[in-house]
Amino acid sequence: MDPQTYQSTGEMLRNLLTLAWLLPLAGFVLEVFAGYWSHRLSRAAAYSAVFCIAAGFVCSFAALMYWGHQTHWSALESHASPADHHDVLKYFSGTYYTLAEFGKLRIAIDYHIDSLTLVMFTMVTLIATMIHIFAIGYMSDELTEHYEDHQVHTAHGHFHRPGRFYMFFAYLSLFSFSMLGLVLAGNVFQVFVFWELVGVCSYFLIGFYFERKSASTAANKAFIMNRVGDFGFLIGLMILWTWFGTFQFNERVESDANGRDVVMPGLFDMLRDDHGNVTVLPANDHDSYARVFLADPGHSGALKHEGHKEGKTMPYFLLVVAGLGIFAGCVGKSAQFPLQTWLPDAMEGPTPVSALVHSATMVAAGVYLAGRFYPMFLPEVLLTIAYVGCITLFMAATIAVVATDIKRVLAYSTISQLGYMMLGIGVGGWTAGLFHLITHAFFKSLMFLCSGSVIHGCHHEQEMPKMGGLIRKMPITAYTMLVGVIAICGLAIPGISIFGIKIAFSGYHSKDAIIATAMTFSQLNGSHFLLFVVPLLGAGITAFYMFRLWFYTFIGQPRDHHVYDHAHESPVVMWAPLIVLSFFAAFVAFKGEAGSLFKLLLDTEPASVAHGLHDVGLAGDLNFPSHVGIEENHKAAGLYALLVAVMGTTLAYLFYGARVLNPAEVKRQFAGVHNFLVEKWQFDILYDAAFVRPVHVIAKWFVAFDRNVLDGFLHATARTAVSIATLDRRFDETVVDGLVNLVGNVTYDAGRSLRYVQTGRLRQYVMFIVLGVVGIWIVMRLFAA
Amino acid sequence: MEGVGLTEYLVVAGILFVSGVVCMATKRNAIGVLMGVELVLNGANVNFVAFSRYTKLGLDGQVISLFVIVLAAAEAAVALAIALNFYNNHLTIDVDRGDELKG
Repeated sequence: MDPQTYQSTGEMLRNLLTLAWLLPLAGFVLEVFAGYWSHRLSRAAAYSAVFCIAAGFVCSFAALMYWGHQTHWSALESHASPADHHDVLKYFSGTYYTLAEFGKLRIAIDYHIDSLTLVMFTMVTLIATMIHIFAIGYMSDELTEHYEDHQVHTAHGHFHRPGRFYMFFAYLSLFSFSMLGLVLAGNVFQVFVFWELVGVCSYFLIGFYFERKSASTAANKAFIMNRVGDFGFLIGLMILWTWFGTFQFNERVESDANGRDVVMPGLFDMLRDDHGNVTVLPANDHDSYARVFLADPGHSGALKHEGHKEGKTMPYFLLVVAGLGIFAGCVGKSAQFPLQTWLPDAMEGPTPVSALVHSATMVAAGVYLAGRFYPMFLPEVLLTIAYVGCITLFMAATIAVVATDIKRVLAYSTISQLGYMMLGIGVGGWTAGLFHLITHAFFKSLMFLCSGSVIHGCHHEQEMPKMGGLIRKMPITAYTMLVGVIAICGLAIPGISIFGIKIAFSGYHSKDAIIATAMTFSQLNGSHFLLFVVPLLGAGITAFYMFRLWFYTFIGQPRDHHVYDHAHESPVVMWAPLIVLSFFAAFVAFKGEAGSLFKLLLDTEPASVAHGLHDVGLAGDLNFPSHVGIEENHKAAGLYALLVAVMGTTLAYLFYGARVLNPAEVKRQFAGVHNFLVEKWQFDILYDAAFVRPVHVIAKWFVAFDRNVLDGFLHATARTAVSIATLDRRFDETVVDGLVNLVGNVTYDAGRSLRYVQTGRLRQYVMFIVLGVVGIWIVMRLFAA
Repeated sequence: MEGVGLTEYLVVAGILFVSGVVCMATKRNAIGVLMGVELVLNGANVNFVAFSRYTKLGLDGQVISLFVIVLAAAEAAVALAIALNFYNNHLTIDVDRGDELKG
């Protein structure tokens, strides 16, 4: 691609994606200020929100098509390997607006567009459009002046309030804007800003029914748990800012004062060379730390390295800490162990929110960032990511087995699948992890919407033990849900293929890719065999709990006739998105790793991934699999995964479909384990005992300190002031006032007594004068002598 | 026989002065009071003239007595105007009736 075409393509993509990004913001402003003008029965807010996000989808899709056209779909060519044409610039980046500049340091609003951005944009806008449309139906009971909340009890019966239909769509629009901004961001600081924005939208949406205590508590919990992770994020940002002096992902060309172009390196360019390798300088006699070489032509007086490249070094462990810090943010946002407890509680929000924010997009932002930031992660960090993902996927899957609330099962399933993605990224399967992110977004949003349809149809009944046999009442929901369930379980028909294409839904391909990578990784690093065994086992558990959910809800005899009799299929505005999403859930990963989606993602894969890494890490004993290595294991891994999934499905069928086995019996036999799982591995209890209670105790101490010491001191001061003031008042009243009054009284009395002399008789005055003169004369005579 | 000396003049002046004071103190008629004032002033004038003749005061005494005569004329003009106004307000010139400002 020649430079001119490159530039015009970049501008076109930027314009399209900026439009897609800002439209929901315009929608938000419109809905907040004009969403409710005269009455609350208007659906105008919903229509404007749907229009904005749908137009965003059109723009995103157009951008994807345009990009493909301009690159002649080179990403989709069968031998396209990122390492083969790394000289071609595959991303478009630039600056919208510079917020601040401190010498060489600068903070800006940037954009960074590559195939990952385009795929994410298209996925987010498509799913969001579907969910917006679904929400028109689901939230329609808010279209009233007197919404009765059956879950809030007041002294006068149920709580009544005006409907908040327009607010819901305003929040959704704001969320869409924030999420798209996060994906479009060209530097990690901007990511952090939108990271917090999606967090606050999540807070609003979880707490949408904020009159319910459970909802407001859940919103707080989500927000606080995320703060814990974001603290790590901030530490990571500080380290990067200190040592790298930039937040930019990739290099940026800037004109200096003389009009010459100067290349300002980004984070990735500084750490990695053209082949994606990190230069580690081991500890020696002069330096007790191992150090990492950072290429940095911008700094003078730096040491030279590797063919006249200038740069500096930073301690290895600090880069590990920075990576772990950024990953801590991802842990919070993606509900990974040990910050996973907020996501199940977040199901207090309306179901479209659970579908959009808490399964498909926002929680996947953690995985997205881990993928986007992959080049900054050193092998030790990747290993941590893999283990965190591994623990999370297993733990959440086991809890999902015993959960009875339909949305909670899906929530734990989401956590578990996010664990898979993290694991995939951690073991070096960059494309596999993000591939699963996209496919999961489709089938999980589909399943959440189906559960929403069930909840809507059953009049807000969420407990699966009260459902059953609903396939007869709501067939569309049941069959679309089945598509989602098969997709997440990764079921396929082995051996048979039509025109060389496997008969399988999207989840099969993506989970396969992850498990194949994990298998290769564990072969290369024998001591980390758990990273393969656990996800394989997890695949079986996934199949079990997903089919358990489906059988429980849709098959068999109705367990609660009251619920069953009133159940009904949802209106078309709700089931149409289900059909669309089920299509994508089934076929988005069409042809698997030979398909277009995987190839698109592969195009963005960091250069270091394709050929694997050998004997890396500080101890030099970590190996990351190459594409070739993974390819060798692919068949075997796929077979194992499928076998385990089929076993899980069969088991679920025996328990809940055919009812040959009795779940109650098993529950009784393993009561201890069951309780442990029902208590969510006791994490809530643990955190309650470890953090919440101590905080309460300390808070009580501070209250007592405040009451007794601080208040006492203040009261004593106040009392002293009052008594001094009293004394002062007495002094004023007696001494000062007394003196003034005395002078006044004396003068007054004198005047008063002298007034009797003023008789007004002229002759008397003359007499006084005469007598006075005589008197004076007598006195003078007496004293003069 | 001794000629008339300073003492005789002073006696005459004293008689005039006392007559004036008594007139002022006893008359209720405002005009009478004014007459008393004239007597007092003229008593003083006799004193001045006598002192200028018999002591070293010289012409100064006579000049002062001229001033006093001028002052007395001016005073009489003002006082008679007051008396006229007083009459307009009270229909009498009895000074005992003018006691509105008494304490």
